[in-house]
Amino acid sequence: MKETKNVITKEEKRIVRTRMRRQMKRDKWLYFMLIPGVLYYIIFKYGPMFGLSAAFKDYQPFLGFLNSDWVGFKHFIRFFSESSFWTLLYNTLLLSILNLVFFFPAPIMLALLINEVRVKWFKNTVQSIIYLPHFLSWVVVVGVSYTLFTTEGGLINEFLKSIGLKEVNFLASTSMFRPMIILQNIWKETGWGTIIFLAALAGVDVSMYEAARLDGASRIKQIWYITLPAIKPTVITMLILRLGNIMESGFDQIFNMQNAMNRSVSDVFDTYVYRIGLTNGQLSYSTAVGMFKSLVGLILVIAADRLAKKLGEEGIL
Amino acid sequence: MKSKNKIIKSPGERVFDIVLYTILIIVALVTIFPILYIVAGSFASVKELTMNRFLLIPKAPVLDAYKYIFSTDTLSRSMIVTIGVTIVGTCVNLLMTVLMAYPLSRTNLIGRKYLMYGITITLVFSGGMIPTYLIVDAVGLIDSYAALIIPTAISSFNLILVKNFFQQVPESLIEAAKIDGCSEIKLLANIILPLSKPALATFTLFYAVGHWNTFMNALLYLNDSKKWTIQVLLRQIVILSQGGVGDESLMGAEFVIPTQSVKMAVIVIATLPIVICYPFMQKYFDKGVMAGSIKG
Repeated sequence: MKETKNVITKEEKRIVRTRMRRQMKRDKWLYFMLIPGVLYYIIFKYGPMFGLSAAFKDYQPFLGFLNSDWVGFKHFIRFFSESSFWTLLYNTLLLSILNLVFFFPAPIMLALLINEVRVKWFKNTVQSIIYLPHFLSWVVVVGVSYTLFTTEGGLINEFLKSIGLKEVNFLASTSMFRPMIILQNIWKETGWGTIIFLAALAGVDVSMYEAARLDGASRIKQIWYITLPAIKPTVITMLILRLGNIMESGFDQIFNMQNAMNRSVSDVFDTYVYRIGLTNGQLSYSTAVGMFKSLVGLILVIAADRLAKKLGEEGIL
Repeated sequence: MKSKNKIIKSPGERVFDIVLYTILIIVALVTIFPILYIVAGSFASVKELTMNRFLLIPKAPVLDAYKYIFSTDTLSRSMIVTIGVTIVGTCVNLLMTVLMAYPLSRTNLIGRKYLMYGITITLVFSGGMIPTYLIVDAVGLIDSYAALIIPTAISSFNLILVKNFFQQVPESLIEAAKIDGCSEIKLLANIILPLSKPALATFTLFYAVGHWNTFMNALLYLNDSKKWTIQVLLRQIVILSQGGVGDESLMGAEFVIPTQSVKMAVIVIATLPIVICYPFMQKYFDKGVMAGSIKG
């Protein structure tokens, strides 16, 4: 490709063009293989992006996409002036921030602990156990929470009662919704989250620890001065990835934990779009809401990537 | 090495080790306990479950819950359907991903750069739930199992990782095969794929688990309750039937609120395939960490 930039004469241009044509002809089977994938991308990945134009229309299924009227920013204006906009933004951001504060450090700390284990079978057993919940679906995790935390004879509430405490409505109250979400996240993903940090730690030169031990450094000091600096770049990259995903709250989990009693705190962009769009049939309006979320998410991801590069870390894009 | 360590262990080291192992044992127990409790509860009789709450081994295990859930074909049909979707869906995923990743792994392919841009964009931006629904509807996939397979045929993330993996095959090997008159398809089937077996096994695993656990797409695209996959059925039985919590109006009039052990049994059955495959999956975990390297 670089050659084309320096080309001056028509003759040379012609030569390059014929060479390209010859190369493409030679690679025709490769292009043939690309056809299904490219079609897939056009229809199912780029199709919906063009479908976003429904946000600027009054889409009526019986009129079809092209015949529905353009209405400009009507749906966006309506959304921004509704009180639900602020509720959704608040709920989404608060859940992300709580996850950042309580869930994000968990895999780092657990990885530091696992890294200190010298007994191999013990390490393997612990890892096998803590990776398992990652492979369970959110419906299963929420289902397990329901059977454990229900007020109708669930294990946790029976235990609270047996030690003389009051029953807590974990599943259908506004105050317990967010703690439950964070708790589930920690239970399901902490173990799996350690993998990436353990991989970073596997690259640390063992002789550094040996030298530190000879100098009389305690285990805590070794962690502080050798292990932590070794995973710092990974921690920063993961943190930036999280910041870029701050608008995402995980539909499966929130939707399954949501009920009429906790809706004021549990409604996030995704669940709102589902309810308004598919249950109530306001397709254009909910498309506008979804588009707002995607655009803010896009800006955050790009900003996070810039930030990573500015900090001298590898970007994510 | 080990014995040497033991000799020079100071009292401080020993305290450190005791604390370390205690914390990790607690973490492991907290992780595994809910799972074991659900399994145990599914074998308990209603009486035992309400009388003695702290059981991990029921005193008189019964199969009542399992007999109940298999007394109608709702659950077994849903399991069979989900197994089918998982198998077919994973095959489609692999075929589509490999077919697209291979040409893109050839760095001298003209136009490759633009295709890669196109794919990378989909990593950070998408049309979202409603426009995707409208497309799936427009191509006539609503209420068909293909809606769980075709719209998610390629994960851009996996595609880029597979492409990166193919790219590691030495260029000289490809050139040599071509000089020997090997066609592109033969090259892919006889050289690239066999060399990529471990990576492909990892992606098979992740695609398959994804299909088994898929909830949102099944909720969106399958309106007919007879077609429900296991996760949607599970939500119906375990979550929506919770007295006072679920929306009972969503269920039929003949719906009987299931007992706690029945719910547990359904959770066990819905998770069984994952747990059975789990030991085989483990050796591929480390390769799954390629997650950090989506560049290129």
